[in-house]
Amino acid sequence: MASAEASPVLELTGIGKEFGAIRALHDVDMQVFPGEVVGLMGDNGAGKSTLVKIIAGNFRPTHGEMRFAGSAVHFSRPVDARAVGIEVVYQDLALSDNLTAAANVFLGRELKRKFGPIALLDHKAMAARALELFGELRSETRPDDLVKQMSGGQRQAVAIARTRLSNARLVMMDEPTAAISVRQVEQVLGLIHRLKEQGVAVMLISHRMPDVFAVCDRVIVMRRGEKRADKPIHETSPEEVTALITGAKEAA
Amino acid sequence: MAMPMESPISFTNVGKIRWWQRGIFASQTGYVLLALAVLLVIMHFASPYFFTQGNIQNVAKNFSFIAIATLGVTFVIIIGGIDLSVGSMMCFSAMITSMVMTELSTPGGLGASLFVHMAADGKTVLANVPGLILLVSILAGLGVALIAGLVNGFCIAVLGLSPFVTTLGMLSIVRGLGYVVSNGRGSFPGGPDADYFYALTSGDVLGVPAPFIYLVILALTMAVVLHHTSFGRHVFALGGNEKAAELTGIPVVRVKIEVYVICALAAGLQGIIISGWLGSAPANMATSYELNVIAAAVIGGANLAGGIGGPLGAIVGCVLLEVIRNGLVLAQVSSYWQQTLVGVIIILAVLVDRIRSRMT
Repeated sequence: MASAEASPVLELTGIGKEFGAIRALHDVDMQVFPGEVVGLMGDNGAGKSTLVKIIAGNFRPTHGEMRFAGSAVHFSRPVDARAVGIEVVYQDLALSDNLTAAANVFLGRELKRKFGPIALLDHKAMAARALELFGELRSETRPDDLVKQMSGGQRQAVAIARTRLSNARLVMMDEPTAAISVRQVEQVLGLIHRLKEQGVAVMLISHRMPDVFAVCDRVIVMRRGEKRADKPIHETSPEEVTALITGAKEAA
Repeated sequence: MAMPMESPISFTNVGKIRWWQRGIFASQTGYVLLALAVLLVIMHFASPYFFTQGNIQNVAKNFSFIAIATLGVTFVIIIGGIDLSVGSMMCFSAMITSMVMTELSTPGGLGASLFVHMAADGKTVLANVPGLILLVSILAGLGVALIAGLVNGFCIAVLGLSPFVTTLGMLSIVRGLGYVVSNGRGSFPGGPDADYFYALTSGDVLGVPAPFIYLVILALTMAVVLHHTSFGRHVFALGGNEKAAELTGIPVVRVKIEVYVICALAAGLQGIIISGWLGSAPANMATSYELNVIAAAVIGGANLAGGIGGPLGAIVGCVLLEVIRNGLVLAQVSSYWQQTLVGVIIILAVLVDRIRSRMT
């Protein structure tokens, strides 16, 4: 469970990013602890996506240092970030519609059985493990169903199950509740609780204030490429966060 | 959370998909297979000659002549690409194969001394190692296909050119090279190994045409590769959502290049087999075959948008085209109607699938 005295799983110091003359991020410090859910909020263009992409290995920061689980890390590709245990659940979920749930969970890391020189897919083992993961996430998802036949909540479960497969230590979720129904939002927030229970740090990037206040332990507000607030959720209010996002209040 | 972790998940809200709504029953391939079965029954009543052994052998042979290339193109279509260069590729591979065979079999020809010598009578050419010339010339034919496939794959996967434009260019390049190397005259397989060549390409085993045997072996291999290897999984993932495939760490560039190489090799092999049946590789061989091949794949259920397709569909598409062609001939309908009908069937097949997916 989350404990304040534990060492941070992710630590950013002085992270900055420039695209030519545009300063997208400036001097961002941030820590994320195991089993903690951090909400990352901000208006469009506030630098949220840039920050997420730096952590996920899509961009290299222009300034600053990134430490993961205590050691300095430099990612040049998303695969590098995944290798140390950072997983991203993308807004469009990055699923292949024409494949089954189990196939999507294991995409790129299929389980195989060797028959002499030939390695064939182990369909049974993958379906069983996928069912186990959906069980842990309490999602009513059949491993053999095609993703294209699934609801938004089930698709989220598939995308999240993928992160559980690798035993990720930090899961970043980009707008997971943006385009789904009320019931499915409940399911997704439940999924985030499951990750937290298992000691995974979660970063929730969202525009939806109620969701952030429902699951997050801490909220970080970005504005104009800078971190303007970093507060435990019980010490702030939706009103204050809104003011910070819009700039009505400069910093907290 | 309140819920205990031990309780098994129930599926109260999620219905099980019925067996007739999944797998082959819910695919265009299934519908076209059904249409084919109906067509076969109609043919049986329409013409007493249709189900004679000779005619069935004929049909089996004829559809095998485009089906191997269709398997290759199906791979490309599954990843959401297209390969227009298959027709030219067939011709060029066949041409190179027969030219190399002839060259190696002519005493005094380039490198021929390694492979042949003159018999004591000074006229008959004998092979030093029987079959070696055949092997080398087929490898040469497949080698040029491999190179063309690599170039296609490189331009599409690495340089990011559109598959349509790249392979349209390759269509012209390869056809042009065919005219250049042959001076427009075409070439003939010759020399001591030519008999083996004809036996392997247009012969039969216990009445089953050789090309049909190759087709069955390749189709079974393709089915295993597509559904039971991680390469096949990646091929489908790439066609379903290329961005997702990339984000999950699939080597997208490598898979794409491999797929275009497979397609070119299948076309090359197909061309070599056709030239054995024709007895030559004319410079205009297999012109516009790419359209038949792509049409067969699409009729069989491969989706040009990517993500769907398979060997069964490719074969069913080819059989359907051939049975219609054969049927029109037996029914003494002018063969000019064939192309028109093929076009109608392409649209019908896709339309039926469209209506079906609207209904569910």
